Amino acid sequence: MGFGGKDLTLGNMKALILVGGYGTRLRPLTLSRPKPLVEFANKPIVLHQIEALVAAGVTQVVLAVSYHAEQMEQELAQEAQKLGIRITFSLEEEPLGTAGPIKLAQSILASNDEPFFVLNSDVICDFPFTQMVKFHKQHGREGTIVVTKVEEPSKYGVVIYDETGKIDRFVEKPQEFVSNKINAGMYIFNPSVLKRIECRPMSIEKEVFPYMAGDGQLYAQELHGFWMDIGQPKDFLTGMCLFLNSCKLNNSAKLYKGPGVVGNVLVDSSAKIGKNCRIGPNVTIGPDVVIEDGVCIKRCTILRGATIRSHTWLENCIIGWKCIVGQWVRMENVSVLGEDVIVKDELYVNGGMVLPHKSIGASVLEPKIIM
Amino acid sequence: MMLKAVILIGGPQKDIIPWFYTGTRFRPLSLDVPKPLFPVAGLPMVQHHIEACASVPDIREILLLGYFPAQQLQQFVADMIAAYKIRIRYLQEYQALGTAGGIYHFRDQISSGNPDAFFVLNGDVCGDFPLQEILNFHTSLSTPSLITIMGTEATRQQSTMYGCIVEDKETHQILHYVEKPSTFVSNLINCGVYICSPDIFKRVGEIFNSRQDFYSCEDSEGTESIQLEQDILMPIAGTGQAYVYTTDRWWSQIKTAGSAIYANRHYLQLYHKTKNERLAVNGPDKPTIIGDVYIHPTATVDPSALLGPNVSVGKNAVIGAGVRIRESIILGNTTIQEHSCVLYTVVGWNSTVGAWTRLEGTPCDPNPNKPFAKMDNVPLFNAEGKLNPSITILGCNVTVPSEVIVLNSIVLPYKDLPRSYKNEIIL
Repeated sequence: MGFGGKDLTLGNMKALILVGGYGTRLRPLTLSRPKPLVEFANKPIVLHQIEALVAAGVTQVVLAVSYHAEQMEQELAQEAQKLGIRITFSLEEEPLGTAGPIKLAQSILASNDEPFFVLNSDVICDFPFTQMVKFHKQHGREGTIVVTKVEEPSKYGVVIYDETGKIDRFVEKPQEFVSNKINAGMYIFNPSVLKRIECRPMSIEKEVFPYMAGDGQLYAQELHGFWMDIGQPKDFLTGMCLFLNSCKLNNSAKLYKGPGVVGNVLVDSSAKIGKNCRIGPNVTIGPDVVIEDGVCIKRCTILRGATIRSHTWLENCIIGWKCIVGQWVRMENVSVLGEDVIVKDELYVNGGMVLPHKSIGASVLEPKIIM
Repeated sequence: MMLKAVILIGGPQKDIIPWFYTGTRFRPLSLDVPKPLFPVAGLPMVQHHIEACASVPDIREILLLGYFPAQQLQQFVADMIAAYKIRIRYLQEYQALGTAGGIYHFRDQISSGNPDAFFVLNGDVCGDFPLQEILNFHTSLSTPSLITIMGTEATRQQSTMYGCIVEDKETHQILHYVEKPSTFVSNLINCGVYICSPDIFKRVGEIFNSRQDFYSCEDSEGTESIQLEQDILMPIAGTGQAYVYTTDRWWSQIKTAGSAIYANRHYLQLYHKTKNERLAVNGPDKPTIIGDVYIHPTATVDPSALLGPNVSVGKNAVIGAGVRIRESIILGNTTIQEHSCVLYTVVGWNSTVGAWTRLEGTPCDPNPNKPFAKMDNVPLFNAEGKLNPSITILGCNVTVPSEVIVLNSIVLPYKDLPRSYKNEIIL
């Protein structure tokens, strides 16, 4: 996923990332930062995607948002410069669904004949963008959808396709098993697809894909490797585990090795870890984090600037930016602390969702939201 | 003046007082050791009674009355004689004789040597007993008292759970006495501590004999059972021969295992007065101490541990690095491994608690906003059949793995816990 690998034969491609609204499912984190900027494995989610797009030859990225995104514009402007690409924003005055934003960004997406990418902003995986382009040009039709295998397909909509990849139909939440492949939220389209979309709230799954499939113009490409929609805390943590595992399989030097480290752990170089800790498996620790002595952390994300005081035990949690977790605290069961939360010493937090700038002085014995 | 003291320590089954949960509510801690020997603030419960008696100069002999098998108390009695240099004996009732029956049965032993008076202390209560003051009061009365009761004030609502005393404010005679009335009678309650004149045996004898006539059939289990409260106090009240001495010093019943934590706190606090050397102090290479903490001299506590307030650590216990203990009792031979957190918990003998583990209970203290409020005897289960939050108790020889939480739960002895538990009784 580096910057130097632009495939010049692919030309100057474009990509649209569907960011959408306020990211309410990832609250309380998204009360402080827009969802695309929430750091996943120590890098904003959207940057994982943008870097992979750049490596596949994308030179312009449009972010489709439905609220004013000045903070994002500012932060991403710097990244855009580093990567040598253009990042622009397409603002939906009213929510346009999953297809409408594509039409809204038509002037950029259809500015040349090259196919363009469309991605769901919550998706994390080993992004197959280069392979997508190859497959798409090979079958030569209007659209390619990436599909991924899931354990429980009836929770989603499944995709039925033949051995060439040609999609026959979609089945929403099938009662009986028909397929275990679902839409992975990543597409490539030819600009001609824009004729099928109007600039109004439109669902791409319901109002565009079925017609493309009927015309034999839609193909499926199977994704290999891990995939996760990280739009809510539980899945965010699962996605983190899958991502770290993928790092391990790719022999990434990024994974942290040190005393007291167990399994896959990512630690920013500016973080400090005390003595007699046990960190991991499946932990990411952000910049300027301080972990004091005797701390045990498992399956957690610790965001920038947080402090975990001594003898505390954390499992399955997301600790927000600049939080201070006291001594001898126990937190578990997908507890999420928003920005700048203080948890006093010796408390027990079980599935607590705590809004930003809150100070917790009493234990949370059963899952609940603390305002 | 020659005095004696009688401490009623009960026995292994339910007490004869037929209120449900009585006697078995101290389980699981009483499964291994007789309840009177359960350590609170580092000493067996009844040792606090003995210590209070031994501090009254004229007390020559202390008699422990109960129906525990004698060999369970043998060592303890020997230790007490050595510690306090006073005659102490355990008299075993052949069956539960009731709170007055035992005294009557052993009247010869109590009366031998012609004591001027004898104290009677209920082993089920704890407190800062003003025995010398009660003695002075009793002996200074113009008309002789057969029995002087120590009383204390309770809230109107809670008073009906105890013996209620109606007092003549001028003479301090007891006008009326009733045990656990269903309607409010008085908020002056019976503390279960008395001083009696040896003349009382005549009275008890009369009642005993009249009972024998009444229960003329042979196998009635309760024939010899005489209750001090119902059978002695109630009739004597109003005759001018019973008096009450009111105290406002700390006093509480100790019925449930959870109340051991409450008593632990108060007895530790009492050490400041006369036994300050029992309390742990901060020092180099020592654990950090907050508030009142008792650590047995043979216990090993890592200097990085933080203990207190209100903690007792028993014989040969081992407390690991970075452990936090607050408002808890850790009994002998138990190990608590690194970074664990123990709050409002009693950890039984020979237990092992892993690293980064959390043991937590919920206190059932008296309402601090109500003056004279006493501990509520909260039933084990609430109306929906769920366990009421209470002190967490681990019986003896329990093993708790690392990184788990045991919250508001009761674990019976010899159990190896496989996982976390909340609000459960683990058999």
